[in-house]
Amino acid sequence: MTVSSVVTDPVALTMTLVADFNESVDRVWELWRNPRLLERWWGPPTYPATMTLFEFEPGGDVRYFMSGPAGEIAPGWWHLTLIEAPHRIEFDNGVADDTGSPRKDLPSMKVRVALSEETPGTTRMVIETLFPSTEAMETFLTMGMKEGLTGAVSQMDVLFT
Amino acid sequence: MVVDYLPSEQTDKLFHALSDATRRDIVERTLQREYTVSALARLYPMSFAAVQKHVAVLERAELVAKRRQGREQFVRSDVATVQRAQRLLDHYEDLWRGRIDRMRKVLEDEESKGSGR
Repeated sequence: MTVSSVVTDPVALTMTLVADFNESVDRVWELWRNPRLLERWWGPPTYPATMTLFEFEPGGDVRYFMSGPAGEIAPGWWHLTLIEAPHRIEFDNGVADDTGSPRKDLPSMKVRVALSEETPGTTRMVIETLFPSTEAMETFLTMGMKEGLTGAVSQMDVLFT
Repeated sequence: MVVDYLPSEQTDKLFHALSDATRRDIVERTLQREYTVSALARLYPMSFAAVQKHVAVLERAELVAKRRQGREQFVRSDVATVQRAQRLLDHYEDLWRGRIDRMRKVLEDEESKGSGR
């Protein structure tokens, strides 16, 4: 199994996920650095992502939208605060309006990605997310992609029963 | 309620948290209204630090939430809010599990492309 552990804290509003890949750090890094590869995994299959701006550098901005099966659009943005190739990425991730501009009324979440070589040829990826509020989390997770996520919820229920 | 979907480690925390009379009393009181930790400490024949520890156990079991305002810490048993946050985090976790699966698949596809060259 690729995902080794996930810890969520509903009071602090954080998630820490650890995943292990049988691939080199450079190859896993490429999944983040190359927008064409990123597009293939960022959005769920029913909501593929298209990157419209991709400044992969500290202080850089990323704009994207995810398009749903009924033509609905969920635009989002990153603001990259730290990049240390090929080991660390930190960015703010938020919701954008229809024109693609970040929505100022909704606080963004903070995402930290760390890649490290465990044994030669294997990579451990740790994703940490901090949400600013339950409301922001709710908006982010339901905006334009209700169906996509509802399908996923039933799977979670099975896991925890 | 909570027990239906929480993993067993969390269930253990929940039962442990509720196994103590003082902690049960804190939950009951803070369900009615918000209390400061100092106000709670005055209610029981024990030190401020001991009450703070009880609150921390309840926090870990997700039975109460704390918020800070100035120097005071307010405690509230906000089971509904915490549960809602947990459900949302579950969705977010699932979103990421999907992403990790897709990442693995992209890596595999790129690999076979490379070897076919």
